Amino acid sequence: MKILVCISHVPDTTAKIQFTADARSLDANGVQFVINPYDEFGLTRALQLNEQLGGTVTAVTVGGAEVEPTLRKALAIGAHDAVRVDAQPTDPMQVARELAAVASAGGYDLVVCGQESIDYNGGIVPSALAELLGWPVVTPCIGFTPEGGKAKASREIDGGKEVLDLALPAVLGAKKGLVEESELRIPNMRGIMSARTKPLTVAAAAGAAAGSAPVTFTKPAGKSAVQMIDAQDLETLVKKLHEEAKVI
Amino acid sequence: MILVFAETWSGQFKKSTFEAVQYAAACAAAQGSQAVAVVVGPASAPVESLGAYGAHKVLHLHGPERFETALYAALIGDVAKELDARLIVVNGTANGRALLGALAVRAEAGVISNVTALPESYSPVRVVRGAFSSKGIEVCESRSACTVIGLVPNALGAKEASGSDAAFEDRSVSAPARATVVEQQLASGTIALPEAERVVSAGRGMKAPENWGMIEELAQVLGAATACSKPVSDIGWRPHREHVGQTGIQVNPQLYIAIGISGAIQHLAGVSSSKTIVVINSDPEAPFFKAADYGIVGDAFDIIPRLTAALRKHLN
Ligand SMILES: Cc1cc2nc3c(=O)[nH]c(=O)nc-3n(C[C@H](O)[C@H](O)[C@H](O)COP(=O)(O)OP(=O)(O)OC[C@H]3O[C@@H](n4cnc5c(N)ncnc54)[C@H](O)[C@@H]3O)c2cc1C
Ligand SMILES: Nc1ncnc2c1ncn2[C@@H]1O[C@H](COP(=O)(O)O)[C@@H](O)[C@H]1O
Repeated sequence: MKILVCISHVPDTTAKIQFTADARSLDANGVQFVINPYDEFGLTRALQLNEQLGGTVTAVTVGGAEVEPTLRKALAIGAHDAVRVDAQPTDPMQVARELAAVASAGGYDLVVCGQESIDYNGGIVPSALAELLGWPVVTPCIGFTPEGGKAKASREIDGGKEVLDLALPAVLGAKKGLVEESELRIPNMRGIMSARTKPLTVAAAAGAAAGSAPVTFTKPAGKSAVQMIDAQDLETLVKKLHEEAKVI
Repeated sequence: MILVFAETWSGQFKKSTFEAVQYAAACAAAQGSQAVAVVVGPASAPVESLGAYGAHKVLHLHGPERFETALYAALIGDVAKELDARLIVVNGTANGRALLGALAVRAEAGVISNVTALPESYSPVRVVRGAFSSKGIEVCESRSACTVIGLVPNALGAKEASGSDAAFEDRSVSAPARATVVEQQLASGTIALPEAERVVSAGRGMKAPENWGMIEELAQVLGAATACSKPVSDIGWRPHREHVGQTGIQVNPQLYIAIGISGAIQHLAGVSSSKTIVVINSDPEAPFFKAADYGIVGDAFDIIPRLTAALRKHLN
């Protein structure tokens, strides 16, 4: 099976988020970047499928040279090769179009994304990419098993889940459940060594247009100081929730 | 023209559908335009009732039995092109969110998701959205003639219905689905988290899964959904679908009660936009108190039953 795993390069979940003085972008100073957590589930499932069925796992990121350490990490975890599409995208539609160009040229059986990147929280790429390719999409995907040229997949819905039958090729938007947290792989020494020599190619961008662009970023107003309430006086809490907060 | 996807579940409108229709109606009013709601598939609720939420017209597309991303994107996208829609409003449920990207492609539109307010301007469309898991607020500008807007449920809140029925039109449609739903499993009797107005959430401080009875009882009295921190679902005390936070469900309720949850940055990232936050924790130094509106230091096992009783008394 030939699998393409789309990797988003995002600030670590513990990162304090600051914006540049002109408020136009993230201030990357001192921020640690990681593989988007949802993409880790996707990458792990891709590697498991590769071990069962053979083929290749290619990692791809649309971004500048700064994303290469994140792609190297995907190689260290086990991807066979990596592609960086050289562009600085401003929105997920632009990313989806660049990825569609890579996916359609490569003859892939499966494209695995995360359900959302935790930086801009678009949640757009998986279904946009699938629609550009004319393929089925399963997002948020919490289970995937290929059966010949077809597959069974499960998808989270509000308050439950559903099981789908589909034909390959397809696009997934991965979430925990596709693999469990305990199955996630971390790079070992051998992986890190071999990642240095695995191919990481830089592809020219297709020049896709963006559908939108950020104008400004600000930080949310902080909460006013907490009101502490005596544990023996819960009536006061109830009263405040009713009269002050007006939520009950 | 402004289009809004009026999502149904088992034939009924989802709660966030009313919010989406009101959002579309407000956009239409601001531009001297009209809001058209699109209902796809079986509807037992009278579709014209969406007029009370501001829909000028309801277009009911008969044919599909169930949501499927490509199918719905094709049907709604074609209507958007036919009506030359400038905005397409979609609520942020699981299906709504899955639809956004595909619909934008079909409608040849731009798309802005995670939207929390009405547009600041309409040409070009400029609107506020959440980014960096609620650690940032972004003003985003569309670069397309048509823009799909994905809403955060509860960000605006549905107002009381008023006004009269909308005009409606029925159409039979068919389009190919690319995947077939073979089975659906729903947790019965629970309130869907993303749409919930009140959430009772508990963490590792509850010590063991058998202690969740009191959490469920508190939630029931409040008409709230139950949620949990990530480790609680990782160790299997609660189902994955209850995990809230940066890597779980993002919630935006009126009231979020956090019990025995320390308040790690990844947890806060998914819940901090809740209107009112109550934190109950035995450790006065728990970081969650910094993000709370009301805090109680104490043992959950002592407090929760008494709080449930006090609320029951108040609500009766
Ligand atoms: C990549 C990544 C992503 C993550 N994403 C998420 C996420 O989306 N959501 C999430 O929740 N976490 C997430 N986490 C985990 C997060 O960092 C914390 O570990 C987690 O939120 C802690 O859960 P907790 O508060 O239930 O447990 P703990 O940190 O163990 O806290 C338990 C709390 O209960 C209190 N307590 C104990 N006994 C009692 C009692 N009797 N009465 C009252 N209080 C009591 C304690 O004082 C303590 O504050 C993520 C972590 C990583 C690395
Ligand atoms: N710049 C990017 N390069 C490669 N893949 C991406 C990029 N941005 C997003 N993705 C993929 O699309 C998924 C959803 O991202 P988004 O729609 O931006 O929230 C991510 O989990 C990645 O798999």
